[in-house]
Amino acid sequence: MSSAERVVFEHVTKRYPGTGAGNPGAVEDLSLEVPAGKVCVLVGPSGCGKTTSLKMVNRLIEPTSGRILIGDTDVGRRDVIELRRRIGYVIQQVGLFPHQTVGENVATVPRLLGWDVGRQRARADELLDLVGLDPASYAARYPSALSGGERQRVGVARALAADPPVLLMDEPFGAVDPIVRERLQNELLKLQERLAKTILFVTHDIDEAIKMGDLVAVMQLGGHLAQYATPDEILARPANDFVGRFVGADRGLKRLALVRVGSVDLQPVTTAMVGGDAAEARRRAAEDDFPYVLVVDERNRPLEWCRDDAIPAEGTVAATNGLPAAPIFDRHTTLKDALSMLLASDVQAGIVVDDARAVRGLVTADMIGDRIRASAETAAVSSGAT
Amino acid sequence: MNVITDTLAWLTDANHWTGPAGIPTRLAEHLALSAVSIAVAIALAIPIGIYIGHTGRYARLVVNSANLWRALPSLALIGIVLPFTSAIDPQLGFKVYPTLVAMVVLAVPPVLVNTQAGIAGVDRDLVEAARAMGMRERQVVRQVELPLALPALVAGIRSGAVQVVATATLGAIFGSGGLGRYLVEGVAQRDDGMTWSGVVLVAALALSVEGGFVVLQRVMKK
Repeated sequence: MSSAERVVFEHVTKRYPGTGAGNPGAVEDLSLEVPAGKVCVLVGPSGCGKTTSLKMVNRLIEPTSGRILIGDTDVGRRDVIELRRRIGYVIQQVGLFPHQTVGENVATVPRLLGWDVGRQRARADELLDLVGLDPASYAARYPSALSGGERQRVGVARALAADPPVLLMDEPFGAVDPIVRERLQNELLKLQERLAKTILFVTHDIDEAIKMGDLVAVMQLGGHLAQYATPDEILARPANDFVGRFVGADRGLKRLALVRVGSVDLQPVTTAMVGGDAAEARRRAAEDDFPYVLVVDERNRPLEWCRDDAIPAEGTVAATNGLPAAPIFDRHTTLKDALSMLLASDVQAGIVVDDARAVRGLVTADMIGDRIRASAETAAVSSGAT
Repeated sequence: MNVITDTLAWLTDANHWTGPAGIPTRLAEHLALSAVSIAVAIALAIPIGIYIGHTGRYARLVVNSANLWRALPSLALIGIVLPFTSAIDPQLGFKVYPTLVAMVVLAVPPVLVNTQAGIAGVDRDLVEAARAMGMRERQVVRQVELPLALPALVAGIRSGAVQVVATATLGAIFGSGGLGRYLVEGVAQRDDGMTWSGVVLVAALALSVEGGFVVLQRVMKK
C-alpha cells in the first residue's frame, strides 16, 4: 500500500486566452495545501474554477503560472504520462470504456504499466471486492449491463487500481439519484478510513462538501479561493458574504450534521431500576424538573419512560404501561439526526446509551436548540467583525 | 427483341464460362481491380482520417476537399490521368493504372470522411479519461478511439467498395478488363444478350458486396 502524499497549490493561476481574469473556469492565485491522507473538497458555483484546479493536478490543464506539488515534487517537472499513472481519476460521467469488460476497465492502469495478465486480473478482482462488487459476477460484464451506482463503483475501483497516493474526483456522484449518492458517499468514507488517500473532490453541492471533506475549499466566481477551512469552521464562521450565502441560511442546522452525540455534555437522567424501592424512586423523581423517570433493567438498560406521578407510593418499581424508551442514540448519532428523531417522539428527550446499551444521559431538543443559537451568534459576531 | 431470353441464353452458354474472355476470368479481373483500389484507398484514407479525427487539425479542409473530389466524374479523371500514366508505363499505364487511380479517388472520400467522423465522434469524456489514466496519444487511438470508431470505419469502406465495384466497369473502355468488357463489346457488336449479361453481372456483384458488408456489420454488433 503506497502512502498518501500531500498536494500543494502555490499561487496557481489559469487564464484563458483572449480574456482576463474572471471568465468561467479561470483560477486566480490559488494557494492551498491538502495534507497527506486528507479529503479536500473544492466547492463552488459552476464556472468558479474548481474543475480547472483539479485538472491542473494531473496536467489535463496546464497552469498559466504558479506550481502544484505532490509530496515535494513539482508536477510540471514530472513526465506527464508517468505522473498520470500515479494519480487516480474519477469523473461524473464515469468514463468506463464501453468496449471493454468491467475487469479490463479496472485493470487499465496496471495494463499500461505492463503488469502481466495474471497480476492485472488478480488486482481487478481485489478492487471489485473492495468496492463491494463480486468479481465472479461482475468482472466479465460490460459497462452497459451495470446500473449507474455500479458503474460509479467500477470507476472508483479503476482509479485505485495502481494504488495511487492521490485521487482526483470530479463530481463523482453527480449523476446518480440521491439515495444511491448517499450510499456511495458513505462507502467512499468507509473506504477512505482504510486507504487514507489524499483526495481532491470537486462538487457544487455544499452538503456533500460538508459531509465528505476533512477540509473544504469554497471557491467563488473568478477562480478566487473564498475560504479554506474545516467544514465546522466554514459553517460557524463564513469568511465573507459569498461563503455565508453559499453555505445557506440553515448553516446552523447543517452544522448539527457535523456534531455527534458523543461530543456533547449530556443531561443527567433520573432512573429507577425494576424491582427497586418505589417510594425512594418517587422521592428522587420529584427532585428534578423532568416529569418522567426512566425505568431501566438491572444492567441499566432503558426499558420505558414512566411519569413521576405514576410511580406507586410504595412497593417496588415495575415496567408496566409507560411510554416507549425512545429515541435511543449512541455516540455516533449526529445532532441533525437526533433532532429529527426527537421532533417525532413522545418524550422530548433522546436516551444516549453506550456500547453495552447502558444509559449515559439525555440529549434534549432544547440542548440542540441552544447549540444552533450559539453557532448563529458566533457567526453573527464574526461577520460583524469583517 | 427479347432481352430476357437473349440474356439468359448468353449467361447459360457454357462457352461463356471458360477462357480468357469467360465470366470467371472477367470476374476475377473485376474483383482484383476493385480490391487493389479499395486497399490503396484504405491505406491512404484511414491514417489521414485517424490523424485529423484525433487531433482535429485540418479536419474541415480535408473533409471538404474529399467531398469535392467525389464530384469529379470518374470517366473524366481516367482521361486526365491516362497521358501521364501511359508515359510512365506504355502497357499497364494505358490499360490499368488510369482506372486504378480513378477508383482510388472514388473510394478515398467515403473512407476518409467516415474515419474522421468516427474517431472525432468518440465521447470526449472517454478520451479525457483515457489520457487522465496515463495513456499516450498512440494508446488513446489504439485502445479507445479505434475500437469505438470501427463501425464507422467499416461503413465507410462499405460505401467506397460498392461504388468502386460498380464504377470499375468503366475501365473496360480503356482495356483494363473486368465485367465491363461485356458491356463495351456487347454494345459494339450489337449483342444485346452480352450487353445485358454484363449489366446483370455488375449489378449482382455490387449487390453481393453490399450484402457481404451488411452481414459483416451485423456480426460486429454481436
